[in-house]
Amino acid sequence: MNKTKARVRINKLFRFLFQFSGLLCISILLGIFGMLCYNTIAFFTKISPIDFITATQWAPSSGGDTSTYGLLPLLVSTLLVTSGSMVLAIPLGIGTALFMSEYAGAGMKQWLKPTIEMLAAIPSVVIGFVGITIVSPLISTLFGLPNGLNALNGSVLLAIMALPTIITISEDAIHAVPQSLKEASLGLGATYWQTLRGVVLPTAAPGIIAAVMLGMGRAIGETMTVLMATGNTLAFPKSFFDSIRTITATIAIEMGEVPYQTTHYYALFAIAFVLFIITMLVNILAEHIANRIRQFQ
Amino acid sequence: MKPTASHQESPAPYLWLLAGTLLVCLFLFNILFFIFFRGFPALSFDFLIQYPTEGMTQGGILPAIVGTVLLTLMTAVVALPFGIGCAIYLNEYAQDTWLTRSIRAAIRNLAGVPSIIFGLFGLALFVQGLQLGTSLLSAGLTLGLLSLPYLITTTEEALKTVPNAMREGALALGATQFETIRDIVLPQAIPGIATGTILSLSRAAGETAPILFTGAAFFITDVPRNPKEEFMALPYHLYMLSTQHQSIELVRPFAYGTAAVLITLVFLLNLTAIIIRKRYRTHYQ
Repeated sequence: MNKTKARVRINKLFRFLFQFSGLLCISILLGIFGMLCYNTIAFFTKISPIDFITATQWAPSSGGDTSTYGLLPLLVSTLLVTSGSMVLAIPLGIGTALFMSEYAGAGMKQWLKPTIEMLAAIPSVVIGFVGITIVSPLISTLFGLPNGLNALNGSVLLAIMALPTIITISEDAIHAVPQSLKEASLGLGATYWQTLRGVVLPTAAPGIIAAVMLGMGRAIGETMTVLMATGNTLAFPKSFFDSIRTITATIAIEMGEVPYQTTHYYALFAIAFVLFIITMLVNILAEHIANRIRQFQ
Repeated sequence: MKPTASHQESPAPYLWLLAGTLLVCLFLFNILFFIFFRGFPALSFDFLIQYPTEGMTQGGILPAIVGTVLLTLMTAVVALPFGIGCAIYLNEYAQDTWLTRSIRAAIRNLAGVPSIIFGLFGLALFVQGLQLGTSLLSAGLTLGLLSLPYLITTTEEALKTVPNAMREGALALGATQFETIRDIVLPQAIPGIATGTILSLSRAAGETAPILFTGAAFFITDVPRNPKEEFMALPYHLYMLSTQHQSIELVRPFAYGTAAVLITLVFLLNLTAIIIRKRYRTHYQ
């Protein structure tokens, strides 16, 4: 009788422990959000939000009133390098996904899938190192620049990092298009390519858009590659051949040196908060689009 | 009736898509070939088992290798109980309530949080808030949190493959739900859980941004003896050697060597995961 009681008690205890782990996930997310909010508010008691959004310079100096904390150059750099990477990664990613799903035979697929997985497994610091050692000399010789550490370099690397995400999720979406739709199109006399372009791609479009957004979310938040390969010059970028400094790189460079609880310290949390909100919105939007297709199926 | 030109299958689309796919594959092979080709001269047994000397221009990377291994173990210790616990809760206990939906939403959103923000969180909470300092412990806790979402997702997938009939059988024989999970569900799901665990740890081992301000150090004369000490790690070492060292050209061979060791480590972990997955898939189906 006592033994049964003990078993029931253990059962209850573990149920509680498992549930606690679940609640922990919510508290981590809330904790991150709270931590960013708290420090951002501390920042706004010293620098007005309007200055933060409108100032065109990020020039923190140690002490004194000469510092300006302008979000714009960092935000523009982040958006520039991300949009560049998407221009490269979207056609290549969707094309590869289409090839893998619709043209590649079983034997070829057996090789392609692990290749994409391996590309995804390469640590970002190694991709950044490749930016310094391969992509940078390539860019400087191709375009006759003194060095190749610029936005274009960052875009190429971020494209490589976003590709596995875009390819894998798009391929799932393309693969999920019902065979009957394809057969109907082929039966009406369309060629295979016309079928892919006119029927398969439009049907898979929501899934592909979700894939692109997830890849973009990854590119926006990526730190090491842009930190190593874009030169980190603090100025408004004018073209892809300019050196840039993204939000993530700024945090990585300056957080190590700033004294605890200074305006500068809080400023880094404020830009992190902006980054957090952007990636969150991109992910929620991607999820929303992906959910809508699920309703159709 | 003669088909019009537009109805003839042109080989062009196939060739374009093939070219694109090959280009993607070329990225990988290029990166691997380049790093191993340039890193090969630096690689030797001594490189793996010696301490760095003469300001990193001589010797090896032993402390960085040991540091990464210890950090990965620490990550596993932090992430495994909570990750598996949460996955068990979601798959075995949870009904479709607002609480469950919030937990799932939190996990999806956590997966999208940039790694540098985990680094900031680790700095604010563990290093400064809990006064753990920049240490192996702080960095391991930070990476543990970062690994949770992926670990939970893969573990839940593994739990889903266990047939419901087995659970019902155990419950009908009088086992409590916890006993069913411990004796029936978990043993069945172990290969899948192991695969997911190894994959998420291989990701954590390659991360740099979260350990930048939570405990990684450029140069330490010894391997860490307790969790409150700072440590060297392979990804951080590669970052420092390739951008922050005074004589970057002089240590370039070491940077290639470090990159080659890091990639080898990550791929070995991935390979182990793939082998486990393959082996048990053929075993059960």
